[in-house]
Amino acid sequence: MSATVAVGRARHVNVWSVIARTFLYSFLICLGVVVIYPLIWMALSGFKDNAQIFGDPFALPVHWAWNNYVQAWNQGVRGYVTVSVLVTVASAICTVLISAWTAFGLTRTKMPAKPLVVAIVLGGLMLSPTVAIIPLVKMLQALGLYNTYWALIILYTAFRVPFTTFLIRAYMLDLPGDLDEAATMDGASEGQIFWRITLPLCRPIIISCVILHVLFAWNEYLFAMIFTSGSDVQTLPVGLTSIMATHGTNYAVVFAAMTISALPIVIVFFAAQRYFIRGLSEGIGK
Amino acid sequence: MVHGAARPQRQKSLRARFGNLLSFRWAAIALILIGWFVYYPIVDNFVVSTTDQDIYTGEVTNVGLANYDRLLHDPIVLVALWNNCLYAIISVVFQVFGAFLLAALIEDLRSERWRRFWRAVYFVPSAISITVTGLLFYFIYQPQIGLLDAALSRLGLGQLVQPWLGNEHTAIYAIIAMSQWQGFGYSTLLFAIAIQKIPRDLYDAATMDGAGAFRRLWSITFPLTREMTGLMIIVTITGAFQVFNEVMVMTAGGPNNSSQVLGTWLYQKAFIEDNFGYGAAIAAVIFVLTMLTGAAQLWYTKRRRVQL
Repeated sequence: MSATVAVGRARHVNVWSVIARTFLYSFLICLGVVVIYPLIWMALSGFKDNAQIFGDPFALPVHWAWNNYVQAWNQGVRGYVTVSVLVTVASAICTVLISAWTAFGLTRTKMPAKPLVVAIVLGGLMLSPTVAIIPLVKMLQALGLYNTYWALIILYTAFRVPFTTFLIRAYMLDLPGDLDEAATMDGASEGQIFWRITLPLCRPIIISCVILHVLFAWNEYLFAMIFTSGSDVQTLPVGLTSIMATHGTNYAVVFAAMTISALPIVIVFFAAQRYFIRGLSEGIGK
Repeated sequence: MVHGAARPQRQKSLRARFGNLLSFRWAAIALILIGWFVYYPIVDNFVVSTTDQDIYTGEVTNVGLANYDRLLHDPIVLVALWNNCLYAIISVVFQVFGAFLLAALIEDLRSERWRRFWRAVYFVPSAISITVTGLLFYFIYQPQIGLLDAALSRLGLGQLVQPWLGNEHTAIYAIIAMSQWQGFGYSTLLFAIAIQKIPRDLYDAATMDGAGAFRRLWSITFPLTREMTGLMIIVTITGAFQVFNEVMVMTAGGPNNSSQVLGTWLYQKAFIEDNFGYGAAIAAVIFVLTMLTGAAQLWYTKRRRVQL
């Protein structure tokens, strides 16, 4: 905006510009407080005792009761974290591999009826889990997968393959094809080209896809709630509501459990922000 | 290159043809998974919706369209539908237009460090599980320990203090407000990415011509992100008709069904009252609504000549 400071009306513009800027920054800061303060309050409340929680909500903890966090961890959260990590990692690997295979088939091979396959895979983007939930319950019960990790791993994969394929395919379409043409000349098979050439070239988008999937799987609630009932197969989001039900009166432990389950994903986001944003911009830019 | 396979190859030998068919193996797992767990349940849902299932005896009776007839006379379905519409309207205002303005403000900042900082700060709630944010706001809205009522009394607005989730008139708005808090950073980030793709020299030229910040917003940023805005409106409305998690965690549809949405009413009917047939009929309504918005999205992207 400094460029607008035309010589003749420099002072006039400056005054207004300063006022506008002050307003802008105050607005951004207020909004930032509204966004972040509840989260800080959650983490701090985890350090309070019940008397303090029922006291002034804006006060800082008097005694920092780390014990609440230890208690939350030992009374369930550890188990939920284990299940969440397992389901998230397994479904991330399956989703990204299957999507990369599909995207490779759609961009690099002579597969017939490609537009149809694309339509089928990407059509899955429009179908929501809510609509499929009742038949899925019947189906997974019949398959004996009800209340197992597999139910979640399979469903997270099936419902995320369309989106992930969409991202990887878009990236592969932009990759130059001469490397794999040269490899074909040298007698490399499609499989070799995929593992040795295309997949390594797709590394950036693969990382983005993994992060987007981790964000989804770590936080997913509907499937996790309906398909698991034993506490040994429940993921964090569902486990939290169980903790709420059993420790409902001991608020501090619930706050501690919430903070523990939010923390890893916030750290992942900040550590991998670059890849995350790339994934999003690939997703909307195409 | 995409359509390489479609090129006419008259002298294609049988072997080459077989080789091409073999390429299906790359997509096979995806097609099986999606067909089995995504497409088939949708079809099956319509079958289930025409039946009445006794969960104790496992007996299934065909009842034709009786479940749909019941749906038309269910007052809670209307409440739920209205709540979904409220969700859609309020989310479009905040998460599309609000987020657009915020993204434009942020991208107008001069320092890239600060731009990145604000984008990240506002995004944080979107990274957190809806169970956590739902529970968090359940506590925030609580009269005894919550932040909101404490803040209101402190600001001298004591007459507004109330159990936000326990009041039939405020419950759904309290939930929607939480949802805006959680979601606006995500759409702001998407708009910021779209705004970054606008060539800088357009702004420089406009500035040279004496266009102020508002003028640049209205004549450059808005028109050049209009497609993104259109897409976001459709996506937001689709999401609003599928909403489930936050309502489930915060009120489970209560008090007195005042905050039911279609998703939670489906859950209540199918899984609490064990009426799969009626639940499937509600699911069919959600399906039709999301198909309409999905068709709108397809039409919109096609018009942009985006390849699908």
